[in-house]
Amino acid sequence: MKKFKTVESIAALIDRKNIDTDAIIPKQYLKAVTREGFGDNLFDDWRYLEPGNLGDDHSLRKKNPDFFLYNPKYNGARILIAGDNFGCGSSREHAVWALMDYGFDVVISTSFADIFYNNCFKNGLLPIVLKKKEIQELINIVNTNKYLIKINLVDQTVLCNNLKIKFEIDARRKEVLIEGIDDISETLKLSKKIKDYENKKALKTPWMFNG
Amino acid sequence: MKKTLYDKLWDEHHIHSFDNGYSLIYIDKHLIHEVTSPQAFEGLKQAGRNIWSKKSIMAVPDHNVPTKMREDGIKDPISKIQVDALNKNCQINDLLKFDLEDIRQGIVHVVGPEQGILLPGMTVVCGDSHTSTHGALAALAFGIGTSEVEHVLATQCLLQKKSLNMQINILGKMPEYFYSKDLALLIISKIGTAGGTGFAIEYTGDAIRNLSMEARMTLCNMTIEAGATTGLIAVDEKTISYVENKPFAPKGEEFLKAKEYWSNLVTDSGANFDKIVDVDITQSSPMITWGTSPEMAVAVDDKLPDLEDEKFFSRKEDLLNAFSYMGLKEKQNVNSIELDKIFIGSCTNSRIEDLRIVAKIVKNKKIAKNIKSAIIVPGSGLVKERAEKEGLDKIFKKSGFEWRSPGCSMCLGMNDDKLNEYERCASTSNRNFEGRQGRLSRTHLVSPATAAAAAIHGHFVDVREII
Repeated sequence: MKKFKTVESIAALIDRKNIDTDAIIPKQYLKAVTREGFGDNLFDDWRYLEPGNLGDDHSLRKKNPDFFLYNPKYNGARILIAGDNFGCGSSREHAVWALMDYGFDVVISTSFADIFYNNCFKNGLLPIVLKKKEIQELINIVNTNKYLIKINLVDQTVLCNNLKIKFEIDARRKEVLIEGIDDISETLKLSKKIKDYENKKALKTPWMFNG
Repeated sequence: MKKTLYDKLWDEHHIHSFDNGYSLIYIDKHLIHEVTSPQAFEGLKQAGRNIWSKKSIMAVPDHNVPTKMREDGIKDPISKIQVDALNKNCQINDLLKFDLEDIRQGIVHVVGPEQGILLPGMTVVCGDSHTSTHGALAALAFGIGTSEVEHVLATQCLLQKKSLNMQINILGKMPEYFYSKDLALLIISKIGTAGGTGFAIEYTGDAIRNLSMEARMTLCNMTIEAGATTGLIAVDEKTISYVENKPFAPKGEEFLKAKEYWSNLVTDSGANFDKIVDVDITQSSPMITWGTSPEMAVAVDDKLPDLEDEKFFSRKEDLLNAFSYMGLKEKQNVNSIELDKIFIGSCTNSRIEDLRIVAKIVKNKKIAKNIKSAIIVPGSGLVKERAEKEGLDKIFKKSGFEWRSPGCSMCLGMNDDKLNEYERCASTSNRNFEGRQGRLSRTHLVSPATAAAAAIHGHFVDVREII
């Protein structure tokens, strides 16, 4: 996994709560067997005025001019600010792949659904939880001027003009993103402990190991 | 120390504590379907890693599979690639898989318990959020993303932070024609779709004890729609007799030993919950969702929300958005909502008891003329076979329903079963998100009884009034 570096970018804003992973990446694109190329279909139903399928040339599809990411002021945004409970619903990791493939490195919300939040850290996407009031302050500045937002994960800060907001993230998740840690390698270092556990359990609850 | 059921399941599977608050948790069973597994197998291969425990895995294709003309195989070439990838990954690695032609094939969350592959006290994961279903068996079961699927394949473990404990205590008796699906929608409408985030929920109360195992599965299945990845119900006699004699369940001496172990899978009296929610169901009516989030639900004898009414959870913009997408108006009567299609199926409501409820309501009645299609998709080949033995299929067909082969079907429309733009469906599935059943589709989540009644009348009706 690539290491998370400081991000400095404008932020795209979608003022809507409960954005579910079906909206982030609709089901027809889940038929892919790779992790790449979902960016063209991020928010597909909101973004295009006609239906699409995996394998289509999406540049030929009629676009919805009112779609928030087509607003020129959001060009090149690497930070997404969204309403409460972002990423609810389906466990599809494709939602994280689509956000990252489109170009986002950070999502800011008041809350995230558990599975989505977890999936972010497996791919290098940083979900930042801020208080409603803090997000409002941030939006006020971003809306009036085209200020960049600077996200520093090491210091756990969101900086914008004169505003400085500290955010919480647990130490392990922070380390995973900064170092680009592969969880599987870390776990395999504990192989002996896992085997010992299995041996112990095979005596206590042998039926759990029936294939 | 007094422990909750969740605490006990956690402690039994705990291998290692890291000093950063994380734990390594052992996973007993890993369910796999075709949509969220191919990238995990590929990742494993690229890293040159092996599967830790092949016998912990059960695979079944369900999301992409056709529900009619099964004998012709999968026609959609893209879906076929994905199912073929599952077949190949299972073949190479010698994994237990129920093929499309196998009578045991069906929706992963119906097949697992039906086969006794999932047992009380196990940790169960699947790259699918509705894995919460299996909490009905007092298994610690939750959905994971594809990277974690790969992690479990490679290590049989997951890195987890322990969730908080929430108790949802049901007060009163289940009213007639108020089913566990209605109960789930009622709970979600009260606590919201993020109400359970960060928690493992345990459902308690006499009403829960009186639910059948299948009804419990429906309730635990919908737990993820309240934001909690895990929904649990303690072991009782019903749990144990459900498991007994299932094909993969322990037999003889081993069963007796297991039974003793399982009987401890209950919350100790006096154990601490971080949050307790009481839900009184005494006066409750069947529920329907009217909007684009499962929390947007009302009782069938109620009206749609009044935008001026402050009691509604959401901001006005969210309500307006949902009304506009759904083509509905505020304060509209629920029974004025006319339908185009009916879908009975999904991992929420496709088991034999669901089908019996539908049959009871539609027997000797015809579906309304305005209903363009009404499909019933059993949860597995064995559910289908059972229903046919009981003659339910004949009742359905006589009423005008299509009787299909098992799969996820119109719950998410990855196969041909979907809604066209602006079509409105009474659906026994679990999500009413925008576009869930097809682009611009309009989904109302209901119980099988309410869906069946709507099929006959062509619009929503209070099922209690038509019996």
